[in-house]
Amino acid sequence: MAADGGMGHATKRREDVRFLTGRGKYTDDYTPAKTSYCAFARSTVANGKINSIDTTAAAEMPGVVAVFKGEDFAEVGGNPAGWAIVSRDGTPMQEPKRPVLAHGKVRHVGDAYAAVIAETLEQAMDAVEAIDADIDELDAVIDMAGALANDNTLVHDEIGTNMCFDWGWIEDNRAATEEAIKNAPHVTTLKLVNNRLVPNALEPRCSIGEYDPGTGDYRLTTTSQNPHLTRLLISAFVLGIAENKLTVHSPDMGGGFGSKIYHYGEEALVLAAAKKLNRPVKWTSTRTEAFLSDAHGRDHVTKIELACEKDGTFIAFRTETMANVGAYLSNFSTVTPTFLHGTLMAGNYTVPNVYVNVKTVFTNTAPVDAYRGAGRPEATFSLERVIDKAARELGINPVEIRRKNFVKPDQFPYASAAGLEYDSGNYDALMDGLEMRADLAGFEARCTTSAKNGKLRGLGINSYIEACGIAPSNLVGVLGSRIGLYDAATVRVNATGNISVMVGAHSHGQGHETAFPQVVADMLGIDPMSVEIVHGDTSKIPFGMGTYGSRSLAVCGSAVFRATEKIIKKATLIAAHMVEAKPEDVNFTDGEFAVKGTNKKVSFGDVALKAYIPHDFPIEAIEPGLEETAFYDPANFTYPAGAYACEVEVDPDTGKVEICSMVAMDDFGNVVNPLIVTGQVQGGLAQGIGQALLEHGVYDENGQLLSGSLMDYAMPRADDLPNLVVDHSNATACTHNPIGVKGCGEAGAIGSPPTVVNAVIDALQRGGHDVEHIDMPVSPGRVWAAMNG
Amino acid sequence: MPTITMNVNGAPVSVEVENRTVLSSALREGLGMTGTHIGCDTSQCGACVVHVNGKAVKSCTIFALEADGADVETIEGQAHADGSLNVLQQAFQDHHGLQCGFCTPGMIMSAAALLKENPKPTEAEIRDYLEGNICRCTGYQGIVDAIMAASGQSTAIAAE
Repeated sequence: MAADGGMGHATKRREDVRFLTGRGKYTDDYTPAKTSYCAFARSTVANGKINSIDTTAAAEMPGVVAVFKGEDFAEVGGNPAGWAIVSRDGTPMQEPKRPVLAHGKVRHVGDAYAAVIAETLEQAMDAVEAIDADIDELDAVIDMAGALANDNTLVHDEIGTNMCFDWGWIEDNRAATEEAIKNAPHVTTLKLVNNRLVPNALEPRCSIGEYDPGTGDYRLTTTSQNPHLTRLLISAFVLGIAENKLTVHSPDMGGGFGSKIYHYGEEALVLAAAKKLNRPVKWTSTRTEAFLSDAHGRDHVTKIELACEKDGTFIAFRTETMANVGAYLSNFSTVTPTFLHGTLMAGNYTVPNVYVNVKTVFTNTAPVDAYRGAGRPEATFSLERVIDKAARELGINPVEIRRKNFVKPDQFPYASAAGLEYDSGNYDALMDGLEMRADLAGFEARCTTSAKNGKLRGLGINSYIEACGIAPSNLVGVLGSRIGLYDAATVRVNATGNISVMVGAHSHGQGHETAFPQVVADMLGIDPMSVEIVHGDTSKIPFGMGTYGSRSLAVCGSAVFRATEKIIKKATLIAAHMVEAKPEDVNFTDGEFAVKGTNKKVSFGDVALKAYIPHDFPIEAIEPGLEETAFYDPANFTYPAGAYACEVEVDPDTGKVEICSMVAMDDFGNVVNPLIVTGQVQGGLAQGIGQALLEHGVYDENGQLLSGSLMDYAMPRADDLPNLVVDHSNATACTHNPIGVKGCGEAGAIGSPPTVVNAVIDALQRGGHDVEHIDMPVSPGRVWAAMNG
Repeated sequence: MPTITMNVNGAPVSVEVENRTVLSSALREGLGMTGTHIGCDTSQCGACVVHVNGKAVKSCTIFALEADGADVETIEGQAHADGSLNVLQQAFQDHHGLQCGFCTPGMIMSAAALLKENPKPTEAEIRDYLEGNICRCTGYQGIVDAIMAASGQSTAIAAE
C-alpha cells in the first residue's frame, strides 16, 4: 500500500462534492441555445400493422417545427446486434432490421413510430396527442413457449419464425452429458423462471442532437455507458455520419446497470433532426417511456438437471433455457444469454460434464439485453437452486455439498467443463470466511428464537463465480463478437506536473474519478489529487469500449497502468539526460529519479517541465512532451467469486419474507478503493434482493406492461433491505492483469438471488412445508400459496 | 404567462410559468437550477424533493403557482457560505452515501427534513422516512449510515 490515497486506501470520492451540492451536470441539465424539444408517439398495442400515420393536425399545432415518421428513416441503416451467434445446426442467427422509427409494423407497446419536435416540451407532447395513427392491432406473442409454438403470429414476418437461434454449449459435450445423466445414481431436476426485470437507473435516458452547418460537425450529448461504441454504431451502421464528424459526449450519468450500454433509435433521431432543423433537438425520457422502451433484463425459462453420486459428487449439469430477446435485437442481447451464461454453468465446481442449450425467442415485448450481471445471475441462480435441491434430496448439508465439489486452491489455473480457464481463487477460504462472518454455527439458536415469535426462519447458502473484464478480443472474435473488447487510456503529464488521464471507461456511480488516480499516483509516488480523470467525450478520450461487465478497472485500469509505465520509461530517459547518467543507472522511486550509488536526483515535476521545455534535448533520442497511450486487451476474463449467506423469517400467516441478515464474502482480487468496492457490492445486493423478493416486469397476454410505473414495479426501498454485510478480505489476485483486480460491480446482483430463495425454501421446509421451489419474485402471495398448496 | 416570485435559498427570484408548470420544472428550466432532479412521472422517486416553507415537498407534485411567495430551499443552498459541505453532506461523502448522485439531492433534502423533525432517529425510523426516496445504486446502506452519523450516532456497520 502506498502513501495515503494510493492503492488500497479507502479514499473518499472526490466527485461526491459536486453531486452533494447540486453541481453535477447530467445530460438533461444541458440546454444549448435555441434548443427544440422532441416527444415520441409510441405504440399502445403489442403487435400492429401501420396503415397510415396522419400528422397533418400535429404539424399545425402551436410551436411544432417538425414531425418525423418511420418512412423518413426507411433509407438509413438499422441498429445492429453486436454479436453473431450460430445455431447448433450451423445456421446463423436471425437478424431482423431494427429501424430508427417503426415502419410498417409496431412490435411492442412503447415502440416509437413518430416524433414531434416543437419549441417547448409541452407543445411537443400536446402535438403527439394530435397524431392520427391508423394501426390495426394484430395477435401478439408474449410468452416464449407460445411464441415458439406459433408460426402464424410472428414478430418479424420476413424471417418466418419467432426463434432467433438455437445454441448449444459445448455442442461436442452434448452426447457425453446425456450419457452421464442417464447413468448417474442420482439426478435432480428443477424448472425455474428468471424473472424479467426493468433496470430503472434513476436518471431516465436523455439525448441532445446538435449540428454545426459551418463545419458539418455533429454532436450528441447522451446517456451512454460507452460513448465511443455509440458513435461507432451511429456512424458505421445507422446514419452513416463520418465518425470524425460526430462527437458523442456522455456527461454525468444517473446510473446505467446495462440499460445505457446500447444505442437507441432516439439518439439517431435527435441527430438527424438537428441537422434537418439546423438547431439543437433534445429528448428526455419520461419514466413511463423508460419502462416501455429501455432494454429489460433476464427473462429466462429454464430446466436444469444435476446428476451426481449419492455422496453428492457432481457428475453433470444440463440446462435447457428459453431466453426472451423481446421484439428487436438490442446490441448485446445475443451474447448475454449465451456466452455470458452458458460458459458459467460449471460454477465453482469440478464437474466433468456441462451442456447448455439456449433458444432465444422474439416476442412482442420490449427488447431484453444485459442488465447488471448479464447472464451470470441466470447461470448462478439455476446452478445454486438445483444444488440446494439436490443437497436436500441427498440429505447433505448445503455448505458441505458445495465444499465437496469446489475447485481446490491447488487446481488453478483450472479449465472448467464449460470452456473457461479460471486463473485464481480459493472457494474454501471464502466459505470459511462466510461461516465465521455470518455465524452459521449460531443459526439453530436463532431459529429457535424465531419460532418462539411465530416465524419460520431459514438459511440460504450460495457460492458463485462470474466472468468479468470482457475479454480477450481474439477469443471473443472467434465466438462471434463484432467488436474488440480492449480499453484504452492516455496519460498526459502536463508541463506543470499535474496529470490528465483520458480513459475509455465511463463513470456513472463507480467512482473512477477517485479510484483511477489512486493507481496512477501510487505508481508515480505523487498526490492523487494532482491526477484528473477525463471520460465520456469522444473528442477528448481514446477509443475505448466503455463501462459494463465489471470491466472498468480490470481492463481500462490496466490500460491506465500500462500507459503510466510508458510515462515512467520515457521520464527516466529525460531524467537520465538531466543528471547526465545512463538510463539504466536511474531508479524511479517515490516520485524521484535517482542515480544509483550517487546522491544525484531529480523530481518527477522537474522532469515533466523539462519534457515540455526541451532546450537541450538530444532530439534524435528523446521526443519532447510526456504523454503516452496504451490499449489493453486482456489475456482472459477475470473470475470474481464469493460465498453468500442469507437468513430470512417467513410469516406463516401472510407469506411475507423478511431478510434478517445478508452476508457477502467476495474475492475481487486486489482492491484499489475498499470504500467504493463495498458500496458496489451493497448496491448489487439490493438489486439482487429486489429481483428475489420484489421486482417483476409483467406483461399481460395482450402485451400490456402491467408493472409499467414505479407505483406498480416494486423497486427496493430503504425499509425493504437489511444491513448489508460485505467482506472482501479473502482475496486471490488476478494473475493476468497488472493490477491484479477482478471486478466488483455485478457480484452482489449475481450472488444474492439464489441465496435469498434458498433461504425461503429452507424456512418453509423447516416449517414442515414440502415446497421445492418458488419462482421469483418470492412475493407474499406466492409464498402463502406454496405453503397452502 | 403568469410570473411568480419566490425566495429560493434566501434570494428573491421571479420566473414566468404556465399554469400547468410544476415547481420542479420551474426550478430547472425557469431558473436553471438543475440540482433538483426528475426521475419519474408519478411522484415516486423523490429525486426532486425540496423544502417549501420549511417542509419537504416533492417539487413535481405542486404547481409552480402554488409556490408563489414561498421560501424554497434546494440542494444548491445546502453547503456552508464558504462552499464547504454541511454536516449531512459531509456525512454522505464520509459514508459513501451516494454513487451516481442522481437521487442525492432529494435524499439530502429528505434527510435534512427528517433530522429537523427527529434529531436522533433510529435506523428503522430512517429507513421508514426514506420510503419516498428511491436509490438504485447504494442499497441504502451508506445513506442510512450517513444519516446516523450526521445525527451524532454510531453507524450500524462501518464502511470497510
